[in-house]
Amino acid sequence: MTVADLSVILPEIVLCCYAMVALLVAAYTGKDETAPLLVWTTTGIFFLTAIWIGLGPSGGTHVVQEGLFIDDGFARFAKVAILLSAAAVLLMGEGYMARRDLLRFEYPLLVTLAVVGMMVMVSAGNLMSLYMGLELQSLSLYVVAALRRDSVRSTEAGLKYFVLGALSSGLLLYGASLTYGFAGTTDFAGIVTVATEGHVPLGLLFGLVFLVSGLAFKVSAAPFHMWTPDVYEGSPTPVTAFFATAPKMAAMALFARLVHGAFGGVVGDWQQVLALLSVISMFLGSIAAIGQTNIKRLMAYSSITHMGYALMGLAAGTAFGVQAMLVYMAIYVTMNVGTFAFILSMGRDGQPVTDISSLNNYANREPMKALAMLVLLFSLAGVPPLVGFFGKYYVLRAAYDGGLAWLAVAGVIASVIGAFYYLRIVYYLYFGQEKEVLDHDTSPVLGVMLVVSAAAMVVGVVNLFGVDTMAAAAAAALVP
Amino acid sequence: MNNLLSIVTFLPAVAALILALFLRGDDADAQRNARWVALAATTLTFALSLFILAGFDPANTGFQFVEEHDWILGLKYKMGVDGISVLFVLLTTFLMPLTIGACWSVETRVKEYMIAFLVLETLMLGVFCALDLILFYLFFEGGLIPMFLIIGIWGGKDRIYAAFKFFLYTFLGSVLMLVAMVAMALNAGTTDIPTLLHHQFASEPFNLLGFHVLGGMQTLLWLAFFASFAVKMPMWPVHTWLPDAHVQAPTAGSVILAAILLKMGGYGFLRFSLPMFPVASDILAPLVFWMSAIAIVYTSLVALVQEDMKKLIAYSSVAHMGYVTAGIFAANQQGVDGAIFQMISHGFVSGALFLCVGVIYDRMHTRDIDAYGGLVNRMPVYALVFMLFTMANVGLPGTSGFVGEFLTLMGIFQANTWVAAVATSGVILSAGYALWLYRRVVFGDLIKESLKTIRDMTVRERAIFAPLVVMTILLGVYPSLVTDRIGPTVSALLSTYQTALLEQAPATQVAAEH
Repeated sequence: MTVADLSVILPEIVLCCYAMVALLVAAYTGKDETAPLLVWTTTGIFFLTAIWIGLGPSGGTHVVQEGLFIDDGFARFAKVAILLSAAAVLLMGEGYMARRDLLRFEYPLLVTLAVVGMMVMVSAGNLMSLYMGLELQSLSLYVVAALRRDSVRSTEAGLKYFVLGALSSGLLLYGASLTYGFAGTTDFAGIVTVATEGHVPLGLLFGLVFLVSGLAFKVSAAPFHMWTPDVYEGSPTPVTAFFATAPKMAAMALFARLVHGAFGGVVGDWQQVLALLSVISMFLGSIAAIGQTNIKRLMAYSSITHMGYALMGLAAGTAFGVQAMLVYMAIYVTMNVGTFAFILSMGRDGQPVTDISSLNNYANREPMKALAMLVLLFSLAGVPPLVGFFGKYYVLRAAYDGGLAWLAVAGVIASVIGAFYYLRIVYYLYFGQEKEVLDHDTSPVLGVMLVVSAAAMVVGVVNLFGVDTMAAAAAAALVP
Repeated sequence: MNNLLSIVTFLPAVAALILALFLRGDDADAQRNARWVALAATTLTFALSLFILAGFDPANTGFQFVEEHDWILGLKYKMGVDGISVLFVLLTTFLMPLTIGACWSVETRVKEYMIAFLVLETLMLGVFCALDLILFYLFFEGGLIPMFLIIGIWGGKDRIYAAFKFFLYTFLGSVLMLVAMVAMALNAGTTDIPTLLHHQFASEPFNLLGFHVLGGMQTLLWLAFFASFAVKMPMWPVHTWLPDAHVQAPTAGSVILAAILLKMGGYGFLRFSLPMFPVASDILAPLVFWMSAIAIVYTSLVALVQEDMKKLIAYSSVAHMGYVTAGIFAANQQGVDGAIFQMISHGFVSGALFLCVGVIYDRMHTRDIDAYGGLVNRMPVYALVFMLFTMANVGLPGTSGFVGEFLTLMGIFQANTWVAAVATSGVILSAGYALWLYRRVVFGDLIKESLKTIRDMTVRERAIFAPLVVMTILLGVYPSLVTDRIGPTVSALLSTYQTALLEQAPATQVAAEH
C-alpha cells in the first residue's frame, strides 16, 4: 500500500475517523445532549466531503488496493449524490427526532458509517469489497430502523429488515461464491475476462442471477420488495426518508457497477433479468400503491415503481442507459427529499400523522406548502413540464435504444396507473373536505427543503442543472 | 423582435408567478387585484400577438418568427409559427381575456383560479408554437395539470370523478405518443419538427406478433399519435371523458376546453400525422372517415336526448369535431382548409355557447333544460345572442359555422362520397338538437315562478359576447380572412404529402409482393 493509494480513499478514511472520534467524544461527555451538535457537524462534514469529491482535483480513474477499490467518474457522481442527500435528510430529521426524544448520539454516527459503506459499495471493484461495503451499510441501517426502541412497530421494522436483509446477503454471498468458483477470481476485471472469453460457464450465470437477486433485495425491486412497505412504515420518518434516498442511490450504482464492471461482456445474459425485474416493479408498485392510506407505505410502493424505471435504464445495457439511470436517480432523490420534508411536517397535537386523508383541504391553510407538494407529486408521476418527466424520458429513450421497445411501452402504461395514486394525494390536498386540522409546522429547515426541491423541479427544466452532462461523464467512465 | 413568440407564450406565466409570489391575503381587495392582473396580462398577450399576425407573411409556407436555443440531450428549444398554427395562437390569445372576464363572478380561491388559467394559457400557446417534438409534448401534456385542478377545485357536484377521468384518459392516450416520439427521435436522429416534416419514415410492411403491418413503422407511429390526438379531439368512441369534464367544469373551464384544448388534437393531426406519416395516413384514412361519420351521426343523436344544456353542447362539439377529422384526412385543399376553418369557427361558437349557458347558470344555478322556458320575455338581448350562436352551431349561411362545414363536406365528398353523404345528415341533426334546445329554453310562455325575476345580460356579459358575435359574423361573410392566411401553407403541405405518397407507395407495393 502506497501513499498514493491512501490519498484515493482519503474521503472514506476521514469519515471513518470522524465517526470514531465523535463516538468517543459523545460517549465520554454529554451522550445524547451532544446529539444536535453531532447532527450539524455530520451534515457539515458530508457537505464538505461532497464538495471535496465533486470539485476536487482527482480526475480520471484510479484503481487501488489491487483492484479492490475504484475511484472513477462514476463513483464520484454517485458519492456526491449520496453525501448530499444524506446531509439533507439528516438535517431535516433533527427537529422531528428532538421533539419525540429520539435524537440519540448514535443516530448521526450510524448514518455516517452507513454512508461510508455506501461509498465503498459504489467504488467496489471486487466482490469482496462489494460485500464489505454492503454489509457496513446494511448493519448500520438495521440499527437505525429500530431506533425507536419503545415502539413495537419500529422494532418489528428493524427485525424484519435484518432477517430479510440477511437472507438477501446470503443469496448474494452464494452468488459470489459460485462466481468465484467458475471464474477463479473475485475481481470484476478478472470476471469480465472469463465471461467474454468464448463459452460462458453455466455456473457463472447462476452466480450472476444470485448476485442480481441479492441486489434486487437491496434496491427493493419486485419481486424482492416485501420488506419495503413494512420497514418504511415502522421506522421513524426521518429514517424512512434516509432509506428512500441515499441507500437507493448507492444500491443502484452498485448494481450498475456489477453488471457493467463484472459482466459487461455478456449484456444479453442479464438484460432480460433486469427487464423483467423492471416491468414487475413498475406494475406492482403502481397497482399496490392505489389502496394505501398511509403516506409512508405509499411512498414505499412509489419507490418500488421508481426503482423499476431506474432498472429500465440499466436494462438497456448501454452507456446511455447508465447515464439515464443516474439522471433518473438524481431526480428521484431530489424529489424524495422534498416529499419527505413535507411528510415530516405533518403532525397533529405534536404527534406525527401519516394518514393521507388527514391532508383534507390542506391547500386552504398552507397554500405555499400545498403548491410545492403539488409540484413534487406531479413530478413524481412524471407529468411534463416538470423535471420528473425528464427522468422518464431518459430511461424510455435508453430502453428503446437498447432494443427494449416493449419495456418502454410497458413503462408508460405503468406510469398512467401510477399517476392515479399521486393524483389521489392531490385530491386530498386540494379537493377534500376539511376535517381535523393539522398543526402549522414552523420548522424553517423543512419548509426550505420542500420549497427548494419543488422549485428545482420547475426551474430544472431549463438545463437539469447540468446533471445530465455530469451523468454522461460518469457513465462513460463505467462503460467505455 | 426575434423572440416575440417566447414573450407572448411566457407572458401569462410571468403574470401567474407575480400573482403567486406577491399577492397576499384572500380578502375582497386581493380578489379584485387578482382578477385585474389576470385580465391585464391576457389582454397584453393578445395585443402582442397581434404583432405576430401583422408580421406574418402568408405567402411564406415555412416557419416564421423562429427562435432556437440548445437544450438538454440534443433537444432544442425551438419556437415558430406557420400558416397552420398562427391562427390558433391568435384564437387562444383572443379568447383568454374573454374567459377571464367570464369568471369574474367566481368567489372562491380567486387567486389560484387566475393562476391556473394563466399557466394554462402559456401551455396552450406553447403547443401551437413548439417546433421540437419533446417541447411540444411538454406543453401538450402540461396543460393537463391546470385543467385537472380547474375541474377538481372549482367544478360542479361530480367534479372529482370528472377530473380524474379527464386526466387519466388523456394521459393514457398521450404516453403512447411519447414512446412514438422517442422512436422518431432515435430513428431520424433529431427532434426538430421542420426537419422531421421532410423525413421519410420507413413504410415497408413487416410482421409484428403475427400481424402483417401494412405501412410498417409509419403505421405504428401513426397509431400511437392517433391514440393521443383522437382522445384529445375527441373522436368517437373515445369521447366519453368530454361530456363529464364539460358538465363538471366551471364555465370558463368549459370554454377553454371546447374552444382551444380540443383543437390541439386537430392541430396534432395536421402537424404530425398527415405530413410525417403520409403512407400510414393514406392507408388508415378510411378508418378515420368512418369513425368521423359515426361520430357525427351518433353523437348528434345522443345530443338530441340530453337533459343538461352543457352536456348537449358537449356532444355537439364531438359531432363538429367529426367534420374536422374527416376533412383533415380527406387530404385535399378544401378538406384541410375547411377543417382549420371549422376548428377556428368552433372555437368562437362553442366557447360562446358555453358562455351562454354560464349566463343563465350564474342566475339560476341549474343547467337542466326543463328548468327554463320563455326567457325571451325577460331577456331579449340574451335571446338574440343565444340565437346567433345557435344558428352558427347549426351552420347557417352567413355565420362562420357554415363555411367550415361546407368546405369540409366538399373535401370529404371528393375523397369518399358515402362518408360525405352520412356526414351531411349531421347538418340536419344538428339543426334538430340546437333549435329544439333553443325553443325549450328561450321560447314559450314564461310560466316558471323562479324565472319571473331573472335579469337580462349585464354590461360585463355583453362586453364579453360582443367580440365573439363580431368574429362569428365576420368570418361567415368574409371567410378569406382565414383561408388567405392558411391557404398557401396548406397547399404546400398537401403537395409534399402527395409527393411522399407517390415516392413511397411503389416501394410499399414492391415489398408487399415479395
